Formats: sequence, C-alpha cells, structure tokens
Amino acid sequence: MPYGPHAPDDRERMLTALGIASVDELFADIPQELRASGLDLPEPEPELELSARLLALAARNRTDLASFLGAGVYRHWTPPAVDQLLLRGEWYTAYTPYQPEISQGTLQSIYEYESLVAELIDLDVVSASHYDGAAATAEAALMACRATRRERVLVSRAIHPHYRGTLRTYFGGGLRLDEIPVVADGPDAGTTDLAALERLLADGEPVAGVIAGQPNFYGLLEPMAEIGRLAHAAGALFVSVVEPVSLAVLAPPGSYGADIAAGEGQPLGIAPQYGGPYLGLLASTDALVRQIPGRLVGMTTDLDGKRAYVMTLRAREQDIRRDKAASNICTNQALLALAASIYIATIGPHGLRDVAALGAARAAELETALARAGAPRLHPGPYLNEFAIRVPNARAVHRRLLDRGVLAGLALADAEPDEPALADALLVCATEVTTTEEIERFAAALEDVLAGRPPIGVEAGAGADRRDGAPGVPSGAAR
Amino acid sequence: MVPTDLRYTKDHEWVRVDGDEAVVGITDYATNQLGDIVFVELPDVGRTLSQAGTFGVVESVKAVSDLFSPVSGEVTSGNDALAAAPELVNSDPYGDGWMIRLKLANPTEVDELLDAAAYDALIAEG
Repeated sequence: MPYGPHAPDDRERMLTALGIASVDELFADIPQELRASGLDLPEPEPELELSARLLALAARNRTDLASFLGAGVYRHWTPPAVDQLLLRGEWYTAYTPYQPEISQGTLQSIYEYESLVAELIDLDVVSASHYDGAAATAEAALMACRATRRERVLVSRAIHPHYRGTLRTYFGGGLRLDEIPVVADGPDAGTTDLAALERLLADGEPVAGVIAGQPNFYGLLEPMAEIGRLAHAAGALFVSVVEPVSLAVLAPPGSYGADIAAGEGQPLGIAPQYGGPYLGLLASTDALVRQIPGRLVGMTTDLDGKRAYVMTLRAREQDIRRDKAASNICTNQALLALAASIYIATIGPHGLRDVAALGAARAAELETALARAGAPRLHPGPYLNEFAIRVPNARAVHRRLLDRGVLAGLALADAEPDEPALADALLVCATEVTTTEEIERFAAALEDVLAGRPPIGVEAGAGADRRDGAPGVPSGAAR
Repeated sequence: MVPTDLRYTKDHEWVRVDGDEAVVGITDYATNQLGDIVFVELPDVGRTLSQAGTFGVVESVKAVSDLFSPVSGEVTSGNDALAAAPELVNSDPYGDGWMIRLKLANPTEVDELLDAAAYDALIAEG
C-alpha cells in the first residue's frame, strides 16, 4: 500500500474540517516555555553544493583501515539480496494501518522475523524488535521486575558499559540496579564473579533479575548455566544478553535456563553505522508472554480457512493499556528486523555456523600474531571471536596504529575509565571478513609501534591526505 | 436482578462472606462489558491487599482492566482453574468463575459496599 506526504491542499481540507486556521492551533495546549523554539539550522543550500559538501565530509571517513573494532557492533559479509530487497517501498514504514490485519505482508515479515529469532535463541516468544540491544536489555530488566514484583536487578559489570548506562536511565524512576563485579585475576579473570553474585543475591532487597552476557563485553564466555542456577535459587529471573551470530555455535539461552534473552541484532545483515539505526532483539519464555513489550504477530486462519497473520495479545500494549502498558518505548525497527530475517534466510543455518566458526578461527590467528608481536591476551579464559590484549600505553599505541592504517579495536580505558586493570588494554575482534593480510598488517604495525620505530613516510603522508582533503571531489574549487 | 447474597463495588467486583473469609469475583454485567475473557492474572497466596487496591488484571479480547479488591485482607487462595479456562469468568461469574479468597482483615468493610438493589440501580444507569 502506498504512502505519501500530505500536500498543502490536504492540510487545508483537514484544517477546515477541524475548524481551525493553522496547525499551530493544535499545539495551543502546550505552554510556550515547553516548546522547541529557534532551532539553530543553517539556511537551505542548492542541492549540488550541499551534495558536494556532504561528499567532502564523507571523504573524511577512513575506509582504508584494517579494522579490528567490535565492542558490540560487528562487520560481516551481507548477501546483496538483503539490501536489494529492502529497497522495496512497501517496507519503508514500521507502521501498519488500523486494522493492521489489512497489511498481511508487513505482519508476515514480522512473523517470519519472530520465528527465525526464536529458533536462534531457543525461547518461545520474540517481540517485533526494539531500538537496539541496550534498549532491549533494559526492557528485559523491567520485565523481570514486573513478573516477580521485585524492584532490584543485578547486572554483571562485564555487560557493555553503554547497556549499563541505558539500564541506569530506565531504572532512574525508583528501581534499584546493582552491579556484579568481575573476577580480577586467575583463570576466570574478566568474567562475572559468582561468589560476589551469591553475596548480592543473599543480601539486601530481593532480586527480580540477574543479567549476564554471552559472550561478555570482553569477548569471554561466561558460566551461564551456573549464573542462571544461582539466580533461580534466589527466586530471580535470568536475563541473557547475546550476540546473535555466536548462537550458531554457542549454546542458546533457552538451553541453559534463561527466562529472557536480549541482544543487538546488528550482526545479522546490518552494516555498522555510527549511532544506528540498529535492532533490539528481545525474547522470553511462554510464561512471560504478557510481560514482553512491543508487538507480537501470530499465525491463524481466517473465516475461509486460509492462512492469516494477526497482531496478538495487543491488549498489553500502549494504545489500549496506556500508562499500564508493558512498555511505552516500543517503536519497533521493522525494516532492520526484515534485514535480519532476509540475512538469516539467505545465509541459512549452515552458513551462519560457518560465519561464526570462521570468525573464531580468524580470531585465533589474530591472537597468535599479536602475541608474537608483543601483545599477549589480558584474560586467560575461552573466547569466541573477540578478546582483550595487554598493551602498555594502550591509548597512545591505538593512535599510532591509526597512522599506520590499523584500527586496533577499542582502548578499554575509554570504555571503563575507572578500572585500573584495563588501563593498558585493547579490545580487538575478528570476523569472517578479517583477512590474513590485515592480521599481518596489524601485527607488523604493532611490533613497530612497540619497538618505537617511526611510521614509513609515504604511509603517513597518504593517511594525512585522506583525512584533510577530499580526493576526487572538486569541492574546494567549486565553492 | 443480581444475586442478593453478595455485596458489590462500583468497579463491578462482587464479594461473598464465608465465615472469616471472603470470596471475590467480577459481576455478570462486567463480563458482558468486557467480552470474551482470555486471561486472568491473580495475586500470590499470602499477599496482603488493601481495600480498593488492585489485586490483579483481567484481559479480554478488547481490553485489559485492573481488578480492585472490595475488602482488605490476606490472600488465602486463588482460582487456579482460570489459568487454563479463563472463560469460566464469562460462563459462571458468581460460581466457578470466582477469583480469590481473602482472610478478612476488617469485616465491617463489607457493610460499606453496595447491596444487590444498589448495584442493580448502578448498572441500570449504564
């Protein structure tokens, strides 16, 4: 069904029908001081000039780098079918008309997404998606509070710091969030401290939910079954934060007793993008179906016995339950959920296993190369395709590696400035698109930097050119 | 005419006093307004309810509504049959469709509720 903006005479007709002279009158109830005023936007520019300026800005992006950055967002190869199919105009809105059932195609796409993700995560119910992994994790925590009627949640400090920030925002209204420390040293260093978890569960207010990640922020594998067992013994629900591609080779949340799973769906066919849009995955057991926020689509038969898709359990939602809805922050990411569905369907179960396994193999190759270059792993425990390395003056080394065309992951001090143990560490990852050549380039550059050798002149010059100018774009001359 | 041995709230719950306990459900009028009931969320046994406080949620095909306790007291049991057969609330609202039993904290609260005649008058107004 086509969608188009309102033309001026559409607006006129609506205003006449409402008996008002301008759209502004509709906002008369909002006090003047609460309205956005004086947006500081530049004047319009001719399209060609604007396009030249944007191209010049885009040219400052470095696309020449060998990237080892993950930290929650991962590069993968995407079958061209994904982006091609997304170009169809029918998909360009997440919204369905009232009645939504008239949009059978949109409902089917959501149903397929929910079914595919349910299979991957091995839980019964999947929502039609949320803003991103952090928002989905926060909704999972709120679900635990509603289901248990308790008001305290424990989150592992090995969960992504941005996710913990979002949790703090959601919990600002009076719910309590406590962090479970990470083991400092020994074989389990960098994973959730189980003894501390037991203490936190035993002391203080009863706990609604325990949140841990698999793999965790440091790329390490957590003892998920054990964390779940401790949570359940205290009457709390267990929330697992997952990276979806890893589920092709790691045990899924449903197999180790998670009640709720949340995660970032970006690795499923969505390109890394600064600030998103991304895709929040949220799934739960059937027992929690009335607590899961957002849309659910079910399959049924119509009066003629034909297959039909319907919005189901809508009564939990904000258009009906208003302030008592399961959530009032549940606009879904239908286009990106569709991208994930097409990605999973085209890659297939065997393909997804190859993606995850090849990433792990590349990461093992990377570990060996970096250790030989003088940067051993920070933690001893098992990982999948991301790990931390020990590098003195990590931030400075990271900068020098950039000058040599290597994006050496994330300086952990930038993510966790208050953790002295992470001051000299980089978090690096590899996926199936990482090449041996890139790994060798990283290792050679790292060896040079650690040895204090200056970068080769030509390389530095090329790097500087790319950042300052806009090769191929005559913007300087034109303006 | 609604059953005369029960007391009623303006929110369409009924209460039947049984010794020092009270049985609570929703009225036939309420079930007609809600339509087919598909889910009833009941409180845990042992939870203390206050008069007019919410004790659960009833979900029909067209709405989700809070349930308000007519009296205060501690929940002694819930109607577990409703988990598998929520339609009992529609078919037998004053019998098998009951929701919770309470240990009455303050029996005089019952006297403040509507009697059958007053409730009949309320629903006649619409």
